[in-house]
Amino acid sequence: MNFVLGTVTLWQRELVRFFRQRSRIAGALGTPLVFWLLLGSGVGQSFSLPTGSGTMDYMEYFFPGTVVMILLFTSIFSTISIIEDRKEGFLQAVLVAPTPRATIVLGKIAGSTSLALIQGMIFMVLAPFALGAAPRSIPLTIGVLALVAFGLTGLGYLIAWNMESTQGFHAIMNLFLIPMWLLSGAVFPIGGAPGWLQWVIRVNPLTYGVSAVRWSMYDAADYLAIGGPAPALALGVTSAFAGIMFVAALAVTIKR
Amino acid sequence: MPVVDVRNVCHSYGAHPALQDVSFAVEQAEIFALLGPNGGGKTTLFRILSTLFPPDRGSVRIFDADIRTQAAEVRRNIGVVFQNPSLDGKLTVRENLIHQGHLFGMHGRSLRTRIAAMMEHLRIADRSGHLVQTLSGGLQRRVELAKGLLHAPRLLILDEPSAGLDPGARHDLWEYLERLRDEEQVTILVTTHLIDEADRASRVLILNKGTVVATGSPHTLKQRIGGDIIAVTSVDAERLRDRVAEKFGLQPALLNGSLRIEKVDGHRFIATLIESFPGMIDTVTLSKPTLEDVFIDCTGHRLWEDE
Repeated sequence: MNFVLGTVTLWQRELVRFFRQRSRIAGALGTPLVFWLLLGSGVGQSFSLPTGSGTMDYMEYFFPGTVVMILLFTSIFSTISIIEDRKEGFLQAVLVAPTPRATIVLGKIAGSTSLALIQGMIFMVLAPFALGAAPRSIPLTIGVLALVAFGLTGLGYLIAWNMESTQGFHAIMNLFLIPMWLLSGAVFPIGGAPGWLQWVIRVNPLTYGVSAVRWSMYDAADYLAIGGPAPALALGVTSAFAGIMFVAALAVTIKR
Repeated sequence: MPVVDVRNVCHSYGAHPALQDVSFAVEQAEIFALLGPNGGGKTTLFRILSTLFPPDRGSVRIFDADIRTQAAEVRRNIGVVFQNPSLDGKLTVRENLIHQGHLFGMHGRSLRTRIAAMMEHLRIADRSGHLVQTLSGGLQRRVELAKGLLHAPRLLILDEPSAGLDPGARHDLWEYLERLRDEEQVTILVTTHLIDEADRASRVLILNKGTVVATGSPHTLKQRIGGDIIAVTSVDAERLRDRVAEKFGLQPALLNGSLRIEKVDGHRFIATLIESFPGMIDTVTLSKPTLEDVFIDCTGHRLWEDE
């Protein structure tokens, strides 16, 4: 009972806080939108798929990657608050409450995942324009987006928990999280990259997240034409990543 | 059985020892003050008592539950008021209290009734719907107190509760703490670096550089000092110190350029002192010993010197 009550209350707090800070919406949804419009229009027609199976507008190729960018930014913005909260804020009181540590982790990750999902879905309104058709199954896309967001928030939580300052988090974001997104097939296809980079892309768990999102939007033949890991592999790695991040976040929280 | 039982607690941050062999007990319905300079180990002790982390060595039992192995039980029995507010500024007063209640397993009508009662007690009912970040420091501290007391803890632990409060708000806070102790038998433990605050406690523990230098009621601690405190300023304080020592067989302390003499019947001694050293004395003040004098007596330096 305490577990559910604690988790729900912390989840609810994340949502309420978010909607009271309008600038966060601009940051997590606005920036990717601008990226998509500018980069998409700039590259435009000069983009071709390395599989050689026809042409694709770059705005269309970049669309799933942009959605994942929204998930990434939302998870960064909501986990960054852990750093200040834990030292001198709301989290201090949560840590001395008789509620299991798992409520702290689950409340935070569920809250952040919900926010990422809401913003991702708002952006999905543009899907018919970008993809030329609606995604093949909206519920499937929602499910995949939730899974990817869950894993990314878990990762953000893991980084933030032991971090002393928000500046440190920004450094990690620029040096690690953004490159992780750049090298995930979100911005350019795996096939077009030089050999060493292809390896980096293959070991990057987010590659599988981006591909899973892309797969959820197309039918099998179209997904095959764009190229990427097999759907089962993409979904498997994404689920495993989410699970591992949750367990690791729980472990660091119990530790201190 | 004491409410708080701390035995031989040691804790260090890397090579720096923060607490060394600290032992004490707090009894039911007393206000117990941990007094000491900043960096003296108070905050470390506060964090250990509030179950944020266990000490490296030693045992801490609260209501006979061990903080290492029975943390959840300890947490149900204690209310913690942090120095840095643990309130969420983006939420209203009521929302903050609702979340706190949920985290302690309270819900529904009983939670709403309790929140209303606490807001009434602490006179914040009219602020119920205000965002916490719009409240003054004094009001925020009251909300913080309501939050710490929401689950009706039997022990309340407060870290520097008067920090950032104006004298009026500080007075209100202490009056409320005394009422809690007297009417509801709540045991209260506060950390403080303020002498007048420690003076209001039932008992005081003086911490310096991580060790306990004295424990007792403010009255008995002050009685330890042999009589009155005479402070003397002089153009040549060092020479005066040597001559006073020579002539009267006393051991005056030299603190920040002024002589500090402990003497029974200080008012009589002052006359003798001035007659003995004409022209050497600029000012003389006579006072009853305070807890700061106890601190100086135990450590040889002032409470603030380490900062």
